[in-house]
Amino acid sequence: MVKASAAAQSLEESQGRPSAKPERPIIEVRGLNFYYGDFQALTDINMTVKRNQVTALIGPSGCGKSTFLRLLNRMNELIPGTRVEGELLFEGINLYDPHVDPVDVRRRVGMVFQKPNPFPKTIYNNVAYGPRLHGLKEAKNLDNIVERSLKSAALWDEVKDILHQSALGLSGGQQQRLCIARAIAMSPEVLLMDEPTSALDPIATSRIEELVKELKQSYTVIIVTHNMQQAARVSDDTAFFYMGRLVEMGPTEGIFTKPQKEQTEHYITGRFG
Amino acid sequence: MSRHSLASRHFSQNLAFTVFRLIMLTVLAALGGILLYVFIHGISAISWEFLTAEPTNSMTTGGIFPAIMGTLYLTVGAILVALPLGVAAAIYLSEYATDGRTLRIVRLGIQNLAGVPSVVFGLFGLALFVGYFHLGISIAAGSLTLGLLILPTIIGASEEALRQVPSTFREASLGLGATRWQTIRKVVLPAALPGILTGSILGIGRAAGETAPIMFTAATFYTIGLPRSPLDTVMALPYHIYVLATAGTHIEQTRPLQYGTVLVLISMVLGLSLVAIIIRTRMRKTKQW
Amino acid sequence: MLQIPEAQVIVGDNAPPVAVAPLTKRKVTSTVQEARIRRVFVVSGFFSVIIMGLIVLFLFKEGLGLFSTVSVKDFLFGEFWYPTYDPADFGILPLIAGSMAVTVISSAIAVPLGVGAALYLGEVAGHRTREILKPAVELLASLPSVVLGFVGMVVIAPLMQQWWDIPTGLNILNASMMLAIMAIPTIASISEDALHAVPKDLVEASLALGATRLETLTRVIIPGAISGMGTGVILGMSRAMGETMVVLMVAGGAAQIPTSIFESVRPLPATIAAEMGETPFGSEHYHALFAIGIVLFLLTMGFNLVAAYISRRFHQKGAATL
Repeated sequence: MVKASAAAQSLEESQGRPSAKPERPIIEVRGLNFYYGDFQALTDINMTVKRNQVTALIGPSGCGKSTFLRLLNRMNELIPGTRVEGELLFEGINLYDPHVDPVDVRRRVGMVFQKPNPFPKTIYNNVAYGPRLHGLKEAKNLDNIVERSLKSAALWDEVKDILHQSALGLSGGQQQRLCIARAIAMSPEVLLMDEPTSALDPIATSRIEELVKELKQSYTVIIVTHNMQQAARVSDDTAFFYMGRLVEMGPTEGIFTKPQKEQTEHYITGRFG
Repeated sequence: MSRHSLASRHFSQNLAFTVFRLIMLTVLAALGGILLYVFIHGISAISWEFLTAEPTNSMTTGGIFPAIMGTLYLTVGAILVALPLGVAAAIYLSEYATDGRTLRIVRLGIQNLAGVPSVVFGLFGLALFVGYFHLGISIAAGSLTLGLLILPTIIGASEEALRQVPSTFREASLGLGATRWQTIRKVVLPAALPGILTGSILGIGRAAGETAPIMFTAATFYTIGLPRSPLDTVMALPYHIYVLATAGTHIEQTRPLQYGTVLVLISMVLGLSLVAIIIRTRMRKTKQW
Repeated sequence: MLQIPEAQVIVGDNAPPVAVAPLTKRKVTSTVQEARIRRVFVVSGFFSVIIMGLIVLFLFKEGLGLFSTVSVKDFLFGEFWYPTYDPADFGILPLIAGSMAVTVISSAIAVPLGVGAALYLGEVAGHRTREILKPAVELLASLPSVVLGFVGMVVIAPLMQQWWDIPTGLNILNASMMLAIMAIPTIASISEDALHAVPKDLVEASLALGATRLETLTRVIIPGAISGMGTGVILGMSRAMGETMVVLMVAGGAAQIPTSIFESVRPLPATIAAEMGETPFGSEHYHALFAIGIVLFLLTMGFNLVAAYISRRFHQKGAATL
């Protein structure tokens, strides 16, 4: 285990950034309700997410874990008829404050989707897409960002000679790492991953898992997974969702060895789900 | 139960399918017959001079160059009108519209516009562009009229192309902090471009072959030289065919020229359509998402 | 096990701001700009509606002038169309009859052929045959109408005159045949789409119960596709009714109420196209031609609304309406 917060703090100091109190959680959720039309998908969620840790969201299908994840970068509001109540604080600021720009939220809270979804562009242009959106034009800077992002996503060695070929020619696992690189290129503070390995084979999956553990040194990672072994392998904290409620949350080891709630135990021991 | 024996059931099936097959053959024969007949009779009229010279001797000899150019001007003008409007409307339908009354009204408008007879477009162009806007009988008035005529075609093809762009592309882009417009401009439109182009080619083909909308808005049967401004009248292939075949004093004498002009028009229109159809078939096969 | 030690270093170098940088307030400029862009597209969407409105407006503006001198009843039911006589007659009953005649006869030809072609393409033809034949049908749709008019006039008319020894080959039958060629692709392609949209699991269920392909076609596929096919037929008829060049060149041009399919008629679109060129701007005759435009517009719009209604009303919801 890396002492993530300490590492982060030393880094901030070295770069002269204003420093946050290490114990302050990056995300706090208070009394959150979410509705699709009349259907209440999430009820009274309260949760804190720690900086530079991997937090896993688990639970049976339809429990609301993916819905919750998509609230964290305001992707749900693209669906008409949805409604949010309660507070969702990111760095102490309510994401759903009417004055907050959703575009800015999505820039700082990156997302990796279930199915790899590279654009039908070259590998290079996929990674450069985000930085270009925000006005970065100089080729040299872009080259740097693309290289660093691909290295961070452990894809550089495989694609450095084919940067200007179509991203659609990559394998599924490579495409997903490309999507991670594309998200990283924006230097987000939080990286949301929605079952990022569900469309991948076991070898590609284990590479992504290694990568996730590595990424938490620089990012706060929240990962939705269907696979409990995966949650146990990669995460520091685990949150168990059931029927739109957050049933239990705590350090991963505790959740998997000594769950406090009966429902959690049933799920983990495979009695439903 | 003999009526329901397996043999009789198969017999009726074979009979019915043979009828369908014969119908298909009839339809193909109509298409093939027309093309072949026009080709055989028209090919002898085609020469370099026919394609590049102006008509002479009250249009009984010479070429059809001004008509070819006129049709070119009119169709280019029509696509300049219809493409931006059509793509913008398609973007509204596919990217911005949400279900509801507004959308229903817009769809009803487009459907009905597609059903307006071409001669009514001609009347409309005459009243609005020629008369009300004082464009006179001109390339500009004809192009505007034809542009509105092919607008539904362009909207339909563009919307289909936009809808075929997977929603995951949009999510990925928005998830990276792109605004909706940035997403449309940088991801959705480029991915839909081939489909939009195919639709435009079909629209161009349609505009090139239409006669009724330009009869009272743009076309004339003879001009001296080529038009010099968008406010000039213009010769056009379809109108040229109509005039030569019905209104001349030398109808029989100009028969070869008529066939030649028909052949040129068919080659242009069907050529464009064929290109569009081939591109579309290719695209469907090689699509990567 | 991490296999990319160097990446770790890079991650460190490129560490993102972990610090509390407040989320930017909605940038007024960008939000306003997005809203403005959105509005541009909404307006573009409405453009077709606006054009429809303008078409109605200008047709009525130019056409209603006629009714200050001619009553609506005399216009619609008058049996004589002599627009250039003095005094002129503006009765369009023969023109409406002409339009009806060619629409009905051409439908009688085009509906069986179009539906038959759709059934062949959708249910009989193999995959590769269909790949070749569908584009051929689309090509037929893109034949310019003036070309069909030309063929009807120059090729078919003399043949008819010879074969049947009739006074003119420019008649209802000839025009209807040429119109049918225009309507067939519309009917065929919309019907084929409708056949294609019938869920495959229903088809398989029927075949698995021992039905032949024809039985499956008549009992499962056609009932499921009937509304789409109806839409195709009506749109095809609407196209035949509004088509101009074919009837202008082939129908013969006589403004009379026909009694046989070998007689000449002067359908509504042909009248407008033939006479507008020689009509002084703003004259009574000019207004009368716009009034014909109104009638034609309303007739075709009626067809289109019926087609839209059928496709909505009988739209298959699940498998339950079979």
